[in-house]
Amino acid sequence: MKRAVAREQQATIVYGIVSIVVLIVVLQLWLLTATMNAFLGGVEAVIWPAAAASLVCLFLIAGLLLYLYRLDEPEE
Amino acid sequence: MPGKSKRRVKTPDGRPFSRQPKWRHDFPIEVVEDSYVSRRDFTKFLGLTSLAFVAGQLFIGFKNLFLRGRGKLPSVQIAGTDDIPVGGTLRFQYPGENDYNLLMRTGPDTYRAYSQKCTHLSCAVTPNVAAGTLHCPCHDGVFDLATGRPLAGPPRRPLPRITLQVRDGKVFATGVEVRST
Repeated sequence: MKRAVAREQQATIVYGIVSIVVLIVVLQLWLLTATMNAFLGGVEAVIWPAAAASLVCLFLIAGLLLYLYRLDEPEE
Repeated sequence: MPGKSKRRVKTPDGRPFSRQPKWRHDFPIEVVEDSYVSRRDFTKFLGLTSLAFVAGQLFIGFKNLFLRGRGKLPSVQIAGTDDIPVGGTLRFQYPGENDYNLLMRTGPDTYRAYSQKCTHLSCAVTPNVAAGTLHCPCHDGVFDLATGRPLAGPPRRPLPRITLQVRDGKVFATGVEVRST
């Protein structure tokens, strides 16, 4: 049986998740600017590894979002 | 009722919603509830932002593949050695029609050619062969004429260098060298 999570607890969880997601998005922003700088400077080696890292970040965020939406599902 | 949440509304005093004071009927949403939904939606928005960043990364990757696919640039005659005096400059387009570059003759047998686009915000740079610099009038950026490297102002990357070949009294552009330092 799924344990019920109170709204207050959910709020705490969502605050934690927002903090992590903000950090990941800032990391992605840094990755994008660094990649753009490298690309404009003719350095090609970093382009695809940076894209892969950014994609991993997206999957992490999608996972956290999925977890967040599962918290809202009705109790069994 | 369609669209109605299956979650039961929990009131602070435990009494059913029908027995709550009138003001609660007018303002039925708890602060915690409101805060939770707004934070959850903000997280969703950040997810979309993350998706946009990935799209940007992929765009850079595919643009790089496209540029690589063009292969080696052709060798194109841009001037005759007599067309340009020592200390003189000439503007030319290479490799595309919209790619403006500057050819400068710094000595009897020395030529330099750079892209005219400033590496800061793409303004057109102007040469000063006597001073040995290229100046960007938009934000006072200065580049070294001998190397194309930035000397002052906001630009951080050198100007792309056009590789040259002088043969039979003619100057040929043979490629573009993009550099990061």
